[in-house]
Amino acid sequence: MGAPLPVPLPPTPPLIELRGISRIYGQGEAEVRALDGVDLTIHAGEFVAIMGPSGSGKSTAMNIIGCLDRPTSGHYLFNGVEVAGLNRDQLALLRRHYLGFVFQGFNLLARTTALENVELPMIYKGLPRSERQTRARAALAKVGLQGREHHDPSQLSGGQQQRVAIARALAGEPMVILADEPTGNLDTTRSHEIMELLVALNRDEGMTIVMVTHEEDMASFARRLVVFVDGRVARDEPVRERV
Amino acid sequence: MLWETIRLAVQAITRNVLRSFLTVLGVVIGVAAVIAMVTVGQGSSAQVSADVASLGTNMLILRPGKQMMGPGQRDQAPAFRLADTEALKTLAVVGSVAPVSSSSQTAVYGNANIATSITGTNSSYLTVSNWVVLRGRAFSEVEERSGAAVCIIGETVRQELFGNTDPTGEMIRIKAMSCQVIGLLQAKGASSFGQDQDDVVMMPIRALQRRLTGNQDVATISVALAKSVSTERGIREIQTLLRERRRIGPHEEDDFSVTDLKEIASMLTSVNTVLTGLLSSVAAVSLLVGGIGIMNIMLVSVTERTREIGIRLAVGAEAGQVMTQFLVEAVVLSILGGVIGIALGLSLAYFASRMMVIPFSPDPLVVVMAFGFSALVGVIFGYFPARRAARLDPIEALRYQ
Repeated sequence: MGAPLPVPLPPTPPLIELRGISRIYGQGEAEVRALDGVDLTIHAGEFVAIMGPSGSGKSTAMNIIGCLDRPTSGHYLFNGVEVAGLNRDQLALLRRHYLGFVFQGFNLLARTTALENVELPMIYKGLPRSERQTRARAALAKVGLQGREHHDPSQLSGGQQQRVAIARALAGEPMVILADEPTGNLDTTRSHEIMELLVALNRDEGMTIVMVTHEEDMASFARRLVVFVDGRVARDEPVRERV
Repeated sequence: MLWETIRLAVQAITRNVLRSFLTVLGVVIGVAAVIAMVTVGQGSSAQVSADVASLGTNMLILRPGKQMMGPGQRDQAPAFRLADTEALKTLAVVGSVAPVSSSSQTAVYGNANIATSITGTNSSYLTVSNWVVLRGRAFSEVEERSGAAVCIIGETVRQELFGNTDPTGEMIRIKAMSCQVIGLLQAKGASSFGQDQDDVVMMPIRALQRRLTGNQDVATISVALAKSVSTERGIREIQTLLRERRRIGPHEEDDFSVTDLKEIASMLTSVNTVLTGLLSSVAAVSLLVGGIGIMNIMLVSVTERTREIGIRLAVGAEAGQVMTQFLVEAVVLSILGGVIGIALGLSLAYFASRMMVIPFSPDPLVVVMAFGFSALVGVIFGYFPARRAARLDPIEALRYQ
């Protein structure tokens, strides 16, 4: 089993490939270079933590990877396909079918049950209601929230709300989960629980995860660390095994 | 997908019932007002038409005094006499003639009494005015000629004096006169002018003249023209006869008036139509204001729900889908308002009709139009907020606090 294959397989394209990506806000005097020629390649199955001081461009990079923003110049290949030039609605389709988001502020719909929140991406995928509910229940069970399907976000703790958000991201069966400061609003215990959940998803199901954080502690759960400084990648290294 | 969107819209609406209700209140009031106005207006028009029909064709009312004169001047002209009535009967163009005089008196039975209008006339009057004797009988010719102390009473008088018991054969007292009730009139309800027509006691005109008014005057004469006689010709012949009898010279004006009741009725109908149109347009303006209310709240709602829109965009909603969501929400809201307004308007119209004693006849076309118009209000005033929602930038929307 462990023996090398006699013929090398054709190389699969990386899941995410940024080539010379720049993002410039404003013009002339007020011009701000949020990203300045970023090259970054992420393969399927990786768990990457992106760190950097505020204003370093890590959030901008995350927005571009998440197809919420478009680069001013450069190439973004998603699964080998150029997406830098797509329009708003094409990007929306990309998000709908391939990306799952987890935000710092949880971003659940208020006055809407956990189940309905998890169903949301599947509504836009056009799945029938019964299948949505089945999958939503399964996703909630996977994040340890069975029995809370009909709770409103206001009835759930911060950690539970973030679990709902992760379930929502999972329910769309994305190719990658993009987590923007997922533990930013949580205490240490809850933060570690959320990170364990993400680690388990990556380890057990091979889910690709890209996470922005400013806490070293959280970054240490990932397997690769990318550090942004002044709109460039300053460091890109594997994370030592966490003890 | 549309069904899904409608379901979502209903969900969003029920998530904040009070706000949704306040949002549609304008449309509710507008639609209710339009429906109520039009329905009541049409009902009273129908009532006027029914009154016209009940007057019979070719019905004229003769009064002493010149036409179009102010009050007080009419008295100079001599009143009609019963002899005039008899003379009119001889004309070929005349079908039936009823002299009418009345006097306000109190009718007493036992301990009960009622201030009512005593009408002295003959049994032709019952026919030309479409009265039906429900119980008992009308005056006989002998009673008319002799001025017997007999009377026929209206439903209101019967209720006041006798309750629900049978009044025929009982004696009622009017002034010093004791009068036997020989008939009960079928209830007619209020007239187009809002008068209670059933508050009446009828007796032979000679009885009224002799025992109550003490003179020989006949206040008005109702004339039903013979069938297939044109109104113009009937009026012309009646005028010739009366001018002769009242000795009016060839160059003098008439000192009496001949009124064609149909003219009054058609005038009433047109006044009614104008009023209904006027009130309905005021109501339509309030519907417009209601639409602006919806736009206002929807705009606030878009701002308030910026984050929600951001979330939807992030999980893959296209701009068009967000737009559709808000548009459908506005339309569902205003249709909801329209339906509530229709129900409210119809019940208002129903009670108003009951109170005004006019027929309640809702027009399906008006209901459909009010419904369609409220949906249109939703589309028009929902469009702008929906477009604003769809144009939000997902990153900005997500960051919005």
